[in-house]
Amino acid sequence: MSQITPVFKREFLGYFRSPVAYVFLVVFLMASVGLAFFIGGFFRTNLASLESFFVFHPWLFLFLIPAAGMRLWSEEKRTGTVELLFTLPITTLEAVLAKFFAAWAFLTVAILLSFPMVITVGYLGDPDWGVIASSYLGSILMAGSYLGVCSLTSALTRNQVISFVLSVLACLVLLFLGWSVFNSVLHSVFPVWLVDLLANFSFATHFNAFTKGIIDPKDVVFFLSLTGFTLFLNVVALER
Amino acid sequence: MIEVKGLVKHYGSKRAVDGVSFTVNRGDILGFLGPNGAGKSTTMKMITGFLRPNAGTALVNGHDVTRDPVAVKKQLGYLPESAPAYGEMTVEEFLGFIAETRDFRARDARDAQVERALGLTQLAPVRRQTIETLSKGYKQRVGFAQALLHNPPVLILDEPTDGLDPNQKNEVRALIKNLAAEKAVVLSTHILEEVEAICTRVIIISQGKVVVDETPAQFRARQPGARLDAIFRSLTTSDA
Repeated sequence: MSQITPVFKREFLGYFRSPVAYVFLVVFLMASVGLAFFIGGFFRTNLASLESFFVFHPWLFLFLIPAAGMRLWSEEKRTGTVELLFTLPITTLEAVLAKFFAAWAFLTVAILLSFPMVITVGYLGDPDWGVIASSYLGSILMAGSYLGVCSLTSALTRNQVISFVLSVLACLVLLFLGWSVFNSVLHSVFPVWLVDLLANFSFATHFNAFTKGIIDPKDVVFFLSLTGFTLFLNVVALER
Repeated sequence: MIEVKGLVKHYGSKRAVDGVSFTVNRGDILGFLGPNGAGKSTTMKMITGFLRPNAGTALVNGHDVTRDPVAVKKQLGYLPESAPAYGEMTVEEFLGFIAETRDFRARDARDAQVERALGLTQLAPVRRQTIETLSKGYKQRVGFAQALLHNPPVLILDEPTDGLDPNQKNEVRALIKNLAAEKAVVLSTHILEEVEAICTRVIIISQGKVVVDETPAQFRARQPGARLDAIFRSLTTSDA
C-alpha cells in the first residue's frame, strides 16, 4: 500500500498543474453559492442556516463530479500513460485507490472553499454549528460516492465524452430513486415497500439526514459501501 | 535473465502471439524484428506484466510475471511505444514521480536518481519544461530516462529510435551499447541496420511466431551478399 503516496501526490498536484482545477473550483463555487442565493433564497428565508446551500448539492454534483471524474482513467488510456503506470511496481488496487483519494481530496478542497458562506451565517446570526458540520460531512461523503461511480465509468472507456455521459446517467438514476417527485410516480405503479426499498439506494435519501444535523451510521455506511463497491468494480474493470 | 516460455495472446479469434519462447542473458542486446502487427509489442507488454498472457509465462530474474508481477516490474525498465508521459508535468517533476514509485522516497536519493537519468539522456537543458512542449526527440529521451532511472538489470525498449533524427538515433544506440554490458536488453525495431549495429542476437517474429533466433552474423550468412531487408522479406512473407 506504500505505493499509494507517490501516485496520490502526482494526481492531486496534477489538478493544479493544468487549468482544470481553477476552472472547476470557480464554476463549482459560483454555481453552489449562486443556487443558494438566487433559487434557494438564502437571504429571504431570514434564517442563519446553510440549508439552502446544501440542498442543491446532490443536483450540482450530478454534473460537476462527472466533469471532474471523467478523465480519471479515460485520459490515461487515451494518452497511453496507463501502460507506464501499470509497468511501475504498483498494483491495480493501489493505483485505483491513489487516483480516487486524490480526486476526492480535490473535491473536498472545492467543498470546503465555500467557507465564506459559513462565516456569513456566523456573522449575521447564530447558526447551529453542529448542523453545518454534519452537512459538510454528508456533502463530502456523498461526493466520494459520486466520484466512485465516475471513476468506474471512466475505466470503461478511453473516450471522455462517453465517460461523462455514462457517469451522469448512472448518478442520475441513483439520485432519482430518492427524489420525492419521482417516488410519487413510482408509488402509483409499485407497492410502497418496493418504492421505499429503491429510495434507500438514493444519494438524496441518505444525504437529507445530514442536512438536518443527523449523522446516522446507516447513512455513513451507505456512502462508504457504495464508494467501496464501485472502486472494487473499478479494479475488476481495469484488470479484465 | 529473461526467460520467455510459450507466450500466447488472443485478441478475439486472432492469435496475436502464438507460443513465443526465447531467453535473454546478461550482456545480450536482443533485436526484436517483425512486420507491423506481428506481435512484437504484444509480446513485450506481456513480459512487462502490462498484458496478461492467455497461456505461457515470462520469468525475469527468476520472478514469474503471472504470479508476482510487481516483483518483475521492479526488475524492469520499460520504454513503451511512442514514450507516453504525463504531459502537464515538467521533465524534473515527472522523473521525480517515477523515482518515488521506484522506492527512492528520501529527497536526496530521489534527486540523485533524477540527476543521473537526466545526465545519461542529456535532458538537462529542458529539465524545467513541461513534457507536452518538448519535441519528439526529447519526449523519446524522457521515456528513456524514465526506463533507466532505477538502473534496472533488464531493459525492454519498444522502438527506442522511432521518430528520431539520424544523430539522435546514433546517440541512443551508443547509450544502449554502453549500458548493455551489465544488463539484458530487448529492443524492437523496424530498422535492420540498427540490429547489425548494436544487437548481439536477432529474433524475427511473424504472425505471432518466432521464425528466426540467431546472431546478426548468422542472419546475414543466410543469403550472402543479399541486402538485409531482402532476407527479412523472404522470411516474413513466405508464410503469409
